[in-house]
Amino acid sequence: MTYANALLAVMWLAVTAYALLAGADFGAGIWDLLAGSSKRGASQRSLIEHSIGPVWEANHVWLIFVLVIMWTAFPPLFAAVSSTLYIPLTLIALGVIARGSAFAFRKVVSELWQRRLFGAVFAFSSVVTPFFLGATAGAVASGRVPPGIGRGDSMTSWTGPVSILAGCFAVVVCGYLAAVYLTADARRAGDSSLTELFRRRALGSGVVVGAVAAAGLVVVHGNAPRLYDGLSGKALPLVIVSVAAGLASIGLLVLRRFTAVRVSAALAVTAVLWAWGVAQYPHLLLPGLTVASAAAPHATLTVTTGCVIVGMLVLLPSLGWLFVLFQRTPGRAADATGSGE
Amino acid sequence: MTGIIVASGNLANPVMARSQMGFSLGWHIILACFGVGMPALVVFVEWRGIRTGDPSYRLLARRWAKVLGVLFAVGAVSGTILSFEMGVLWSGLMDHYGAVIGLPFAIEGFAFFIEAIFLGIYLYGWDRLSPRTHLLSGIPIVVAGIASAFFVVSANAWMNSPTGYTVRDGRLVGVDPWAAMFNSATGPETTHMIISAFMVTGFGVASVYAVAMLRGRHDRYHRIGLLVPLTMASVLAPIQFVVGDWAARYVAKDQPVKLAAMEGLAHGRNGAPESIGGYFSGGQLHDAIRLPDGLSLLTHFRPNAYVAGLDQVPPALRPPVTVVHLAFDSMVGIGSALLLLAAWLGYAWWRHRDLPTSRWFLRAVAVSGVGAVVAMEAGWITTEVGRQPWIVYGVLKVAAAVNPEPGLGYGLYAVIVVYAALTVATVYVLRRMTQSTPVPMAPQESDVAAVKVV
Repeated sequence: MTYANALLAVMWLAVTAYALLAGADFGAGIWDLLAGSSKRGASQRSLIEHSIGPVWEANHVWLIFVLVIMWTAFPPLFAAVSSTLYIPLTLIALGVIARGSAFAFRKVVSELWQRRLFGAVFAFSSVVTPFFLGATAGAVASGRVPPGIGRGDSMTSWTGPVSILAGCFAVVVCGYLAAVYLTADARRAGDSSLTELFRRRALGSGVVVGAVAAAGLVVVHGNAPRLYDGLSGKALPLVIVSVAAGLASIGLLVLRRFTAVRVSAALAVTAVLWAWGVAQYPHLLLPGLTVASAAAPHATLTVTTGCVIVGMLVLLPSLGWLFVLFQRTPGRAADATGSGE
Repeated sequence: MTGIIVASGNLANPVMARSQMGFSLGWHIILACFGVGMPALVVFVEWRGIRTGDPSYRLLARRWAKVLGVLFAVGAVSGTILSFEMGVLWSGLMDHYGAVIGLPFAIEGFAFFIEAIFLGIYLYGWDRLSPRTHLLSGIPIVVAGIASAFFVVSANAWMNSPTGYTVRDGRLVGVDPWAAMFNSATGPETTHMIISAFMVTGFGVASVYAVAMLRGRHDRYHRIGLLVPLTMASVLAPIQFVVGDWAARYVAKDQPVKLAAMEGLAHGRNGAPESIGGYFSGGQLHDAIRLPDGLSLLTHFRPNAYVAGLDQVPPALRPPVTVVHLAFDSMVGIGSALLLLAAWLGYAWWRHRDLPTSRWFLRAVAVSGVGAVVAMEAGWITTEVGRQPWIVYGVLKVAAAVNPEPGLGYGLYAVIVVYAALTVATVYVLRRMTQSTPVPMAPQESDVAAVKVV
């Protein structure tokens, strides 16, 4: 395995982490949007705030991590993608700003109209941002971003059928992941009506995700034949894993196995991402930009790999502590008793 | 200028992209300063609170942590767009040199990650961890914040002093990422910026309490709220002067054109004067105050030393002089005023262990926060505009680095609209936070614990 391949794998792992963690954050925002009136949705919104409060900032750093690894290890890839797709990328960045700041503001204001206003901004940008992320991925996957700076069409590159479908897919996947995670959070908080509510939503959105994925295969078949060949060829085992994990998740939700379904739902999404990656490998962009031709000079790759290894040794235990700390103690109980001092 | 902005087609892309980058970076850097400087303040007052049990310290720790949570969140998201803009606006730079300057960004990615993780633990874990563990969980935020600033600014330093790479036939063939990261600008530039981050935080936080004291709230809580950050900033002010001199000496050596623009020096000469104020027009600096031989003395310690002028390069390779010169003067002027303020505090404390009694002192502290921000922004304008027309000094021009896609300029308008809303919301929320929960007259233990951090 070359250093370039190793860093590509690291980058793709970070993409996966971003999809699974930040995706659930976006999805929580979508459910926040659909929670209904201020009074009726209050308990849902409070659960959502408690679940993502401590972790959202860390979850979103994965995106920055993907970008810096990309521009360090594969500069021509980063330059081509970000120049041609500057419109959806700018909208993603603005969506991230609106979403994160509105979420932080909503927590510290107390009056209803303020909470409504910031809540609306948070929820709306939680829908829009994953759509453009999906559209960006669809543009690359369907081969509409050629190598070189600004060589692609700044509009049609990301408004093709694959992009639109991938955008919708990203939105429903976020909603699905969030519903699955929130079901278990609601049960840990001891709220059985919320548990049932999110369980039903997880089931419903799971079916929608399956339907959009099936439609996606048809669209890819017609519009991105090379990707389709990859998905039905060397990436087929991963496609099968994804379908099986998706079906298993439905079954586990029916059986109320809420911890196990977290794993299977995450596996289903992971398998989709890696199926795309495998299907496209070793091509990064069409025509002609491969892992080998896009890779930075050797010294950059080796030093970056070393820094990633050292960095992960510090990062992963810290991240583990963050997640364990807030998964172990039931958040609402601790706040209600005002323990500590 | 208006004509250029209206015609936001390909030709205007460099202007629009520079405006967008300058605007979003200039906005973010204020929040970034608090992200670097404020964790140390919060951890310090929390430590004092645990050591002494003084409710004022304990209440300040919780209040400041809550503010830090908001400032960090806004800083994190306004920093995210910058990673996008590196490619969206400067595709040419990243295509050619991403492999050279990527390393500090990659390490900064980790540092920022650590910062975000421990901030989550620190803010949300206040009542779940023992006081000691909680205090310790704040330390990685302080360290990672300073590290982040170092790595990001070292990438900027590389644009001033590009080293550590080999180009053959227009293609990048060899890279030494460590040499690129530790270029000759890295030392002075990163030190200067990290200190200014602490100064912006110190004067900024102190100014909030100075306003409260001017309104008649002289209790222990407000006095500590003013004294702790102001002491931090005041100790750093003289150090910053020495570091600023180091940075200017670096510029004189490695970027003589920038130095000439900073000083408005049209022609190279022996015994160059130090010029203060004025404007540059028709190849001359007008209406400036001149101190004979001052510049030669400052840069070379000799009154008759030679200092190169703008005429060392053809006009097309010179930056806009008036902006750079006035920005530099503003930074130095405000920095000097802040140093005087620090000296005032130091003198009063030395003579009678107390704040100066004059209301003018409180008024000065009240404006010092804004002053520190303006000085810091002026410093960035000096170094960034002073590097024009280059994006990588002497190697790559801005015009060759910009994304050529049509319509790019509209991004500036979108960014301005979103940031206007963000500014209004941030200021509004921060003001609400100072007003919504009044400080109890006699803070008791229960009042302190009742302040929920998140």
